[in-house]
Amino acid sequence: MEQIRAIWRYGIKVGIVGSIVLVLMALIGMIEVFTQRQVIADIISMGHTLYLAAGLFICYMAARRTTPAKPLWIISNSIFAGLTTAVFLVLLIILGRNVNLRLMFINASDLLLNNLLTFGVQGNNGLRLLLIAGMATGLFTGFFYLLPKIVRTVILWSLAGSVFAGVLQELIRPILSNNFPDVISEWLLTSDGLTMKGALSIFIFIALVIISWSIKGEGIRQGWQGLPKKQQSTWRTIGTIILLAVILIAPWRLGLFMSEVLTIVGLYVLLGLGLNIVVGYAGLLDLGYVAFFAIGAYVTALITSPEIMNLNWSLWAAIPFALFFGILAGVLLGVPVLKMRGDYLAIATMGFGEIIRLLVLSDALRPFLGGSQGIGKIAKPQVLGFVFKGPQEIYYLIIAGCLLVIFVSWRLKDSRIGRAWKAMREDEDVAQAMGINLVSNKLLAFGTGAGFAALSGVIFGSKIGSIYPHSFNIMVSINIVCLIIFGGIGSIPGVIVGAAALIGLPELLREFAEYRFLVYGIALVVMMLIRPEGLWPEEAHKRELHEGKANGTK
Amino acid sequence: MPTKFQRWKESITATDIVMWFIGSALLVFIILGSILTLRAGRYTPVQWFDFVIYGLAQGSIYALVAMGYTLVYGVLRMINFAHSEVFMSGPFTAYYVAAYFSRSSLLESHPFICLIIVFIVSMTVSTLIAFLLERIAYRPLRNAPRLIPLITAIGASFTLMYLFRGLFGTGFQAYPVWAIFTGKWVLFKGLEIGKIQVFVIFAAALVMITLYLFIQRTRTGKAVRSVSEDKEAASLMGVDIDKTISVTFIIGGAAAGAAGVLYALVFKQVFFMMGFIPGIKAFTAAVLGGIGNIPGAMLGGLLLGLLESLGPSLFLDGYNIAAPYQLKDAIAFLVLVLVLIFRPTGLLGERLAIKKA
Repeated sequence: MEQIRAIWRYGIKVGIVGSIVLVLMALIGMIEVFTQRQVIADIISMGHTLYLAAGLFICYMAARRTTPAKPLWIISNSIFAGLTTAVFLVLLIILGRNVNLRLMFINASDLLLNNLLTFGVQGNNGLRLLLIAGMATGLFTGFFYLLPKIVRTVILWSLAGSVFAGVLQELIRPILSNNFPDVISEWLLTSDGLTMKGALSIFIFIALVIISWSIKGEGIRQGWQGLPKKQQSTWRTIGTIILLAVILIAPWRLGLFMSEVLTIVGLYVLLGLGLNIVVGYAGLLDLGYVAFFAIGAYVTALITSPEIMNLNWSLWAAIPFALFFGILAGVLLGVPVLKMRGDYLAIATMGFGEIIRLLVLSDALRPFLGGSQGIGKIAKPQVLGFVFKGPQEIYYLIIAGCLLVIFVSWRLKDSRIGRAWKAMREDEDVAQAMGINLVSNKLLAFGTGAGFAALSGVIFGSKIGSIYPHSFNIMVSINIVCLIIFGGIGSIPGVIVGAAALIGLPELLREFAEYRFLVYGIALVVMMLIRPEGLWPEEAHKRELHEGKANGTK
Repeated sequence: MPTKFQRWKESITATDIVMWFIGSALLVFIILGSILTLRAGRYTPVQWFDFVIYGLAQGSIYALVAMGYTLVYGVLRMINFAHSEVFMSGPFTAYYVAAYFSRSSLLESHPFICLIIVFIVSMTVSTLIAFLLERIAYRPLRNAPRLIPLITAIGASFTLMYLFRGLFGTGFQAYPVWAIFTGKWVLFKGLEIGKIQVFVIFAAALVMITLYLFIQRTRTGKAVRSVSEDKEAASLMGVDIDKTISVTFIIGGAAAGAAGVLYALVFKQVFFMMGFIPGIKAFTAAVLGGIGNIPGAMLGGLLLGLLESLGPSLFLDGYNIAAPYQLKDAIAFLVLVLVLIFRPTGLLGERLAIKKA
């Protein structure tokens, strides 16, 4: 009996959970909104890609969980998962036809239910198609699961690459048109998305890369390790120089829009690196970080703008003041929270952040800080008459800031202070017993982080030109915390990866913007469950986070 | 042998002195402000009474939500950031039931039955969400280092918030008005009290007392208390930890759902972000009363409600600050920060005083 149940029970279990998720995804309108963007022009949209991918994933999970892992069982469970999902969707559609679901779920439109979910086929034929599609997905995934690992990896990554290329075509288009002959962009892209030929080419290209890497990769790696140290460091230097060159010429080769995106990502990298010191190095979860960002911006505004104080100094003069007040604020806000740990520290700092936002927003302080109308006409940076106006020029300012902050972070990490922070992070009591002065180290962490945030505030204020209290809400703090966690706590490349993923992607995929925080939330939860050390982790953190598992206490 | 005083004198650090200075400055500021306001006589006794009643009503709502925070903190030693979304989910979904009743005029003919149904729907939904939250997001991470469940909670909070936004939209949904709640009762000469306020205070008190009795008198309640005191010992005594923690979340969820309906009745609106700030305030209430301590949550809630309601007018108005009511939330956050700094154990509770790292 148990044997017979194994034919379908995993499929149905995973299918039920999966269909709830898929129904939710449909009802929040994600599928509908994503269909506005084409992956392969006129053939498949991002929405349907998401739809299919979700179905494939559900069947894959069912296949994975099947025990005993016999091929027939795997395929049948996969089919059942697909079928269950399709059944739930059919039920949803039928319900939607008889009851006006839009009264409650605003996205349960006719378009969604009777067109998108059924791949464009109307009526009862659509329902039949959906059921068949579910089973077909299951069948396909079942066979796919049985393929050898290398084949699966190749197909998966190549597919992912093509989809990515199709989705990010706005990024690719200016790169291609600025740097390569038109023939290539015509081959790959149309005005909407990839061409079929383009998609296939990318697929084949990535497949070839992966296959050749798996054949040659080990050889190359051993060759690298075999090189004498001097040669290694020369290669490293060359690599760094090339990287720097690419970064420096990027805005001119990528176009205005991409420069703007890079500028915003850069600002968040700056902020992220600052918070990385507080959270990643010192282990103090600060949810009110946006307050220091605000202080930097407001000091800049007060000093350089003709409004309120009418000083009209240049932006460069504002920087030391902003840094000073930022660091001061960091220390001041750090003093009350010295004895708090963990959750309490997080909430207390969040409270501080909100208090500052409310004060800045209030009418009581309007004569000093502009109230809800903010402060405008902030000066742009000038050097000998040349004004840094557009995103391409501000980009260099941000890169300079980032490089400075990266350098400081990097040097701090392995310094005495950095090690004191690390000890504090792992166990405060033991650190204190070892003679580390908690007070000065914590205040140093807060101060440094605040200083970095203030610097970003200066650049932000100048870039935007006028600042409002609404831009300094807790969501910004949460954004920064998310991107640090996602990229890898305590790791400098992790912050950059996190910023690119969580800030850059929503800018590039406008459809994402609607669901940005939903994706953030899910990403956080999933990351914590699966890979708490982040995408590009730092070694010490990775060990810390998994030591529970090693000891067998997990 | 050093005396107690001498030892105490030695243990003071510079930071302590700074903090005392700040604390006393704040105290002077508040007392002076109150004196100025009262002397200026800008508010009549009737208005003060209104403030008090309003504060008590608000506070009861905070107290109900605070129970959820305090219970979960007791058993899991973590702040359930997503509790504010549990609070939101109940009345949000119950809104559609209420709207349906309103449209079909069942609301006018059978107000009490409709009300009870709305409460039941709301509490069911919020309980379900709290239960799922624990199962999916918190249970797998029970032994993880401190930071991880915290981040997960924040992530879960956002997921829920924006899930509801995606499903139901960004609009403010207006709760239908129950005719039995409009208007005021006259107590005695010149003194009126809003019917809705009375209902909120009584309903909240009812739920709180029920839950308190459940925790104190039943076996499951005893299990909850034992797990919050010492998880390992409780499991050695045969308490089913998983089930008990689920029950804890269920209780908290139910209370939050009820609180949500009351909140919606008072403020007449639901929207996807309505849980965020009341959630933080409810947490403040829980800490104020003493985290892990249920009567503390109730006391903390009422106290916070009063402070929030009386604060702007009593403390700030005397200084002639423009529009002090905008700073109402700031006062609540300030209370939070002050409690965490000066008395993290809270007013009543002294359990779980020092957080283990």
